[in-house]
This record gives sequence, C-alpha cells and structure tokens, in this order.
Amino acid sequence: MNKMTLKVSARSENEAFVRTVVSAFMLQLNPSLEELSDVKTTVSEAVTNAIVHAYPDREGDILIECEIGERYIKIVISDSGVGIPCVELALQPFYTTKEDDERSGLGFTIMRSFMDEFEVVSSSGAGTRLIMTKKIA
Amino acid sequence: MEIKYSLAADKLTFYLCGELDEHYARGVKDYMEAVLTKNAKVRKVVFNMSALSFMDSTGIGMLLGRYKRLKKQGADCFIEDPSVSVGKVLELSGIYEVMPKI
Repeated sequence: MNKMTLKVSARSENEAFVRTVVSAFMLQLNPSLEELSDVKTTVSEAVTNAIVHAYPDREGDILIECEIGERYIKIVISDSGVGIPCVELALQPFYTTKEDDERSGLGFTIMRSFMDEFEVVSSSGAGTRLIMTKKIA
Repeated sequence: MEIKYSLAADKLTFYLCGELDEHYARGVKDYMEAVLTKNAKVRKVVFNMSALSFMDSTGIGMLLGRYKRLKKQGADCFIEDPSVSVGKVLELSGIYEVMPKI
C-alpha cells in the first residue's frame, strides 16, 4: 500500500494541479488511458463541488487523500464547509442549487459512473467527505 | 485554456484548446457571449473540441447555457471531434440530444 495526502485552498486555480497530482500518483499502477482520465475527471468534479459549494462565506481547504494498493486506487476528498443538507437529493442527476450559474448538476452522476465504489458522507454544517475507489485492471 | 473562432457565411466555429474546468469556464463563456453578440445572425454554431484535452461537468453547464441562448435566436449547435475522454463526459450528460456530434 502507498499513500499520498494533499491539502489545497478551495480555489479554482488549484483544480488542474490536484487532478494532475492524483493522476501522476496513480501512474504506479500502470492504468489504461481510460482509467486515468476517469480518475482525473472524478477528482475534478469533487474538487469543483468543494470550491463552488463548501465555503460560501469564507476561505477554506480541501483535503485529498489517496491510497493505492493491489490493482486499486482509493480517493477521499473532504472539506470542512457547509455540508449537504440532503445527500439523496444532491445525488439526483441534473439537480443543482445553482442553475442560474449554468451548473449542469451532473458532478455526482459522473463520479458515480466513473468510479467503482462511491460514498458521500455529509450533513448541514458538518463538511463533506467523498470516499471513492476505482479498480485498476 | 485557449479559444478562438472562425466565421464562414452563417456558420460560426469555436475552437477549444486545453483543459476546460471551473477555473476557465467563466472566461470561455464571456468570450463566446461577446463573439455571439457580435455575430447575431449565425444559424449554425460548431464547438470544435479536437484540441480539448480535458473537460468536466462545468463545461457541460457552460455549453448548455450557450445552447439555450442560441436556440432562442434560431441557431443550431453541434459538437465536432471530441477526444475519447471528453466524449465520455459528453455522452453521459446526454448533451448530444440537443447538440449532435458531427
């Protein structure tokens, strides 16, 4: 097992950095191009959510924890922001609280579809934690 | 992220290059809006993605925003030449139903 932890400010200029670091870490598993781009997109979606929703009134951080083992990568992305009041609703495709802002509401749909295991732990005021695993063939 | 456009009769093509995410979506939107306002008579708008190496759902939201605007002015939208990875996000979103791939 090998681990990597990264903490960044919840700022959009860090998005490309985070997805690049995670995909570079994952290269040890010799993933296919599709596996690599699935993880890159998933990380981008998770980090975007934290940037857009977690900290409406203050600066905050995003923690990215990765673990790779025998043919898998586990990624945990968490923030200590406002949290999601109703996770079930947030998981619905096309659901967004920011439609006027041209949000597609597809972030969670993409993460769930691109990863093999996906769990959201969140509630109002308690931050959000996404726990995701992808098998690497 | 870079973007430019070309105009041929009533067809306008945007060429997207680089990685489109939350950080660049607003700039891309503002650029496209300015170009579309200046060329309000176009009837066909093509989003060429041959040089777009990455896009997440932020890009889908931005594209749907342009689609809604263009539909009102009677213009059709198309997506051209996305990479396999960008195509996977586009496919999942269902956007091809309103913006066919050419």
